[in-house]
Amino acid sequence: MSKRRVVVTGLGTINPLGNNVSDTWNNLIKGVSGIDHITSFKTDELPVTFAGEVKNFDANEYMGKQHARKLDRSGHLSIYATEEALKDANLDTEQRLGNGVGIVFGTGIGGIGATEQAVRTYDERGASRINPLAITQLMPNSSTGQVAIKFGIEGPSLTITTACAASANAVGEAKNMIQNGIVDMVIAGGTESGTTAMTIGAFAQIRALSTNNKNPKEACKPFDKDRDGFVMGEGSTVLIMESEESAINRGANIYGYVAGYGASTDAHHITAPAEGGKGAVDAMKKALFDAQLTPDDIDYINAHGTSTPANDKNETAAIKTVFGEKAYDVNISSTKSMTGHLLGGGGAFESLVSLLSLKNNIIPPTINLNNPDKECDLNYTPNIALEKDLSTAMSNSFGFGGHNGALVFKKN
Amino acid sequence: MELNEVFEKVKGLFVEDLGIDESKVTMEAKLEEDLEIDSLGIVEVVMAFEDEFEIEIDDDELADVSTVGQAVQLLHSKI
Repeated sequence: MSKRRVVVTGLGTINPLGNNVSDTWNNLIKGVSGIDHITSFKTDELPVTFAGEVKNFDANEYMGKQHARKLDRSGHLSIYATEEALKDANLDTEQRLGNGVGIVFGTGIGGIGATEQAVRTYDERGASRINPLAITQLMPNSSTGQVAIKFGIEGPSLTITTACAASANAVGEAKNMIQNGIVDMVIAGGTESGTTAMTIGAFAQIRALSTNNKNPKEACKPFDKDRDGFVMGEGSTVLIMESEESAINRGANIYGYVAGYGASTDAHHITAPAEGGKGAVDAMKKALFDAQLTPDDIDYINAHGTSTPANDKNETAAIKTVFGEKAYDVNISSTKSMTGHLLGGGGAFESLVSLLSLKNNIIPPTINLNNPDKECDLNYTPNIALEKDLSTAMSNSFGFGGHNGALVFKKN
Repeated sequence: MELNEVFEKVKGLFVEDLGIDESKVTMEAKLEEDLEIDSLGIVEVVMAFEDEFEIEIDDDELADVSTVGQAVQLLHSKI
């Protein structure tokens, strides 16, 4: 028996490039940077003073203060993105979605902002003054639970915390749930709001972040010889995934197919990728096998492309291992050059980018790529978007812990 | 402090700190049903009362408090 096919029928996002899908896409293909000096907190004591923040979003205004104060910012962003995705899929956000719908969300560090605030309060005012909502804001599954409550999602729920691979794994596991007939529809997404003082300070301590404080918009330069680390970003992205049959029966608009998913683990080092990207190779091969495609079939790779020296070099090597000579032909780009690194929200965002690329036949560029690195010698679609007929796309996500996820999307 | 003054202070906390719609905050309003203050929210309310009125409230003192008016009475008796 052939497996059920899985489609995407709704998209929603809030991220450094825009507070909806349309603004985000327009900025992606124009090559706009969403990265800037941090405005939401004081950076005087920090070695890194810029990030990809979500702009012009007031949670109190969006959901009312009484509701907003119960959630960490990562939760606000999750509910906002989910609402856009549900409306885009032509689903009624006033009705409970019920037990035929599941939810799988990915996040790297959950409500880290709430954690920081609670520790601060404890230090300053003692245990009796800790916010009683702290636990429910900071637990990594907070967004999953809050989105489920808001929209009445009663099917199976999962929260995946494989760091920067989290929401790629979420999309992949959601695909498997639908393919295996567990439910017909899954709300799959990712969320992160790690643009906080302690988190930026801690990532800076492990020399993971770019320190180009003078030129934030040019700081994230994946695959460039002068790249010096990733740039912290925040945001949430949600995909409405369902069986092809369910989508056709309700006359839904179909963006594309989630055709393949591969996951693997480096089992090598807690932050550094395995030499040559062995785990990445395994994930990409498994995703191709799952999609019943060969490397020759892939038109576009949305790379993990973090702009760290280690990732970009090893991801390039891994693509060469999987794609052989074809590696030099296929168009690759890293949209993190524009959004920064959305951590656990990255995989879902880059799934959205892959699907919109297929739909519009446009590949968004890797911006700030000016000085080639001899260890990064593939076609990364530098600086200017490319119009091209596209049928298939692959999206890579790799996380601290050695977690790897690759997804394959098809237009038809 | 007069009962009325305590009510005005309580109302201020509910509206300013907890974001509750001002028109809902009456002496008769039920904390859970009318103001949507759940079990987690009650802990916040107690913290806000303790800070505002510089008192301490034990959990068992809250057993009979389910309306704004009952909360106001309790606070009035402790100030």
